[in-house]
Amino acid sequence: MIEPSLSRDSADGHFLQIKSIVKTYDDVVAVNDVSLDIAKGDIFALLGASGSGKSTLLRMLAGFETPNSGQIILDGEDIVSLAPYRRPINMMFQSYALFPHMTVEQNIAYGLKQDRMPKNLIADKVVQMLRLVHMEKYAKRKPEQLSGGQRQRVALARSLAKSPKLLLLDEPMGALDKKLRNRMQLEVVDILESVGVTCVMVTHDQEEAMTMANRIAIMEEGRIVQAGTPRDIYEAPNSLQAAEFIGSMNLFHGTITVDAQDHAVIQTTEVATPMYVSYGVTTAIEDKQVVFAVRPEKTLISRDQPDSQYNWCHGVVHDIAYLGGHSVYHIRLDNGKIVYSFMINSDRFADLPTWEESVYVHWSDDSGLVLRP
Amino acid sequence: MKMSFRFSGVMFWFGMAFLYLPMLSLIIYSFNESRLVTVWAGWSTKWYGELFHDKDLMMAVWRSLEVAFWSANTAVLLGIMASVALTRFGRFRGRSLLHSLVAAPLVMPDVIIGLSLLLLFVSMADVIGWPQQRGLLTIWIAHATFCTAYATVVISSRLKELDRSYLEAAMDLGATPLKAFIQVTLPIIMPALVSAWLLSFTLSLDDVVIASFVSGPGSTTLPIEVFSSVRLGVSPKINALATIIILIVSLFTLSVWWLSRRKLKRDSKTI
Repeated sequence: MIEPSLSRDSADGHFLQIKSIVKTYDDVVAVNDVSLDIAKGDIFALLGASGSGKSTLLRMLAGFETPNSGQIILDGEDIVSLAPYRRPINMMFQSYALFPHMTVEQNIAYGLKQDRMPKNLIADKVVQMLRLVHMEKYAKRKPEQLSGGQRQRVALARSLAKSPKLLLLDEPMGALDKKLRNRMQLEVVDILESVGVTCVMVTHDQEEAMTMANRIAIMEEGRIVQAGTPRDIYEAPNSLQAAEFIGSMNLFHGTITVDAQDHAVIQTTEVATPMYVSYGVTTAIEDKQVVFAVRPEKTLISRDQPDSQYNWCHGVVHDIAYLGGHSVYHIRLDNGKIVYSFMINSDRFADLPTWEESVYVHWSDDSGLVLRP
Repeated sequence: MKMSFRFSGVMFWFGMAFLYLPMLSLIIYSFNESRLVTVWAGWSTKWYGELFHDKDLMMAVWRSLEVAFWSANTAVLLGIMASVALTRFGRFRGRSLLHSLVAAPLVMPDVIIGLSLLLLFVSMADVIGWPQQRGLLTIWIAHATFCTAYATVVISSRLKELDRSYLEAAMDLGATPLKAFIQVTLPIIMPALVSAWLLSFTLSLDDVVIASFVSGPGSTTLPIEVFSSVRLGVSPKINALATIIILIVSLFTLSVWWLSRRKLKRDSKTI
């Protein structure tokens, strides 16, 4: 709403268009008037907490749920009325849903067999898919004889075997442990990019969404809060909801006192100095209440008082969480409010502020965000 | 510690004796020379020979197996259909009513089932002229009826816990719902289908009460045959027959156990 978008908009084509989709269960609205444009080759993540409607939206794309109203247009064709087995869409399920009575090979071949593809072509395709996911050695195994990561590869191969126009991933890393997750995220993205398939994924893990996707939509209570590149969403959230959803934020409530073309000043009761932002803020004249937000990694700490008249405040170190790569400082301001600051531990034994030390918190003119409360 | 071990050992052997001593004595007496079941008169296998020459009894065995086979098939088929309706179609009107109606024969006394089916068959014969007389067909219908209740309980409990995404994955990959059900769901729930079938088969083979209501001339099943021959004094032939049945059942159970153990070993080797 306020800052200019940082994204180079990748939506050059409208490969998948979701138009005002509504889905209700009895009187609960699961998906509320959602519209999205997804370009060919995008890896698009629907990010939201459980119950946000993201899975319902994914299941409507797959055809397992029918929307009450709205259109889903894939490559120029409205697919809402198509049965799931007629859609050029394949899905990798959260539980993988590998057929336990079939071998890896048979699992991958299943979709191709449904298309009545000649046997020798199926065999070639299966070998090709096995090579793609590096599972050639396990072709004759049953799913129960595979590890979690191997199962995921097979599930991915099975859903890619039919060369779908659109691939759906439902919580792709949900069944893996943390370490394997980080490795598989990059590996899955590599495979998807080498195939060049358009992909919509659902996840509740923001790190996963930001690692894997080139575009993200945040969903909350059945609505899209914001859609854009990971950077857009993190650096230029369009609302308080979006800002609080991704990462953490230091928030200050205040009123706009100066609203010029190229800068604005915000007065808050929580900090002694006024906030200065080095870009124009368009506000309604009658409503000057805003929230000023700064990311913890842009909130800096120093022992000396900054000489600017804006954008700093005094506090004491309340707590330090040492996380190895960085530390999280909890600074208690003079009025008792806690703000967070990330400190990169680039120096092994640097002389950093310690518990109960008096410090100054400050930030630069362009690191804050002005949001509507 | 020692004490409790000895106690559990005693209880174990007591339990085993309680379960298997009657069968053991039955097996031993099947080799009895004497015509009287309870008087021992030396070893002999003559009752086995007489058993195979007893046409009536052998016919009854065959008839019982036939009825049990077809009843089990019908019960499993109907059980699958009822289970799908109960677990897969969501909450339709009358779902819980169907649920209790299907399960009712489980708690209904056999006498009532038998009597009501008899009344039904008699009045059907009056009104539509079918079935003209009671026989194997009516026993089959009666057995299929109450076995379906058991089969449905077994199959639906498996189907209920089955992850929906298997069926969805098959449909997602291009299979129509029916194809997906046959190619994916049925193979996955196969163990439940097998146990439902075996349960129905055993129940049908075992049943005296219902069959005695709905059987007609020339359709005496084995349990009825045994039961009525007991009234005239038990022939040691029955002991011989029981011994053979026990032998077949134990061989079957042992081979199932052996096969599953071998599969387990093979699976753990490949991992």
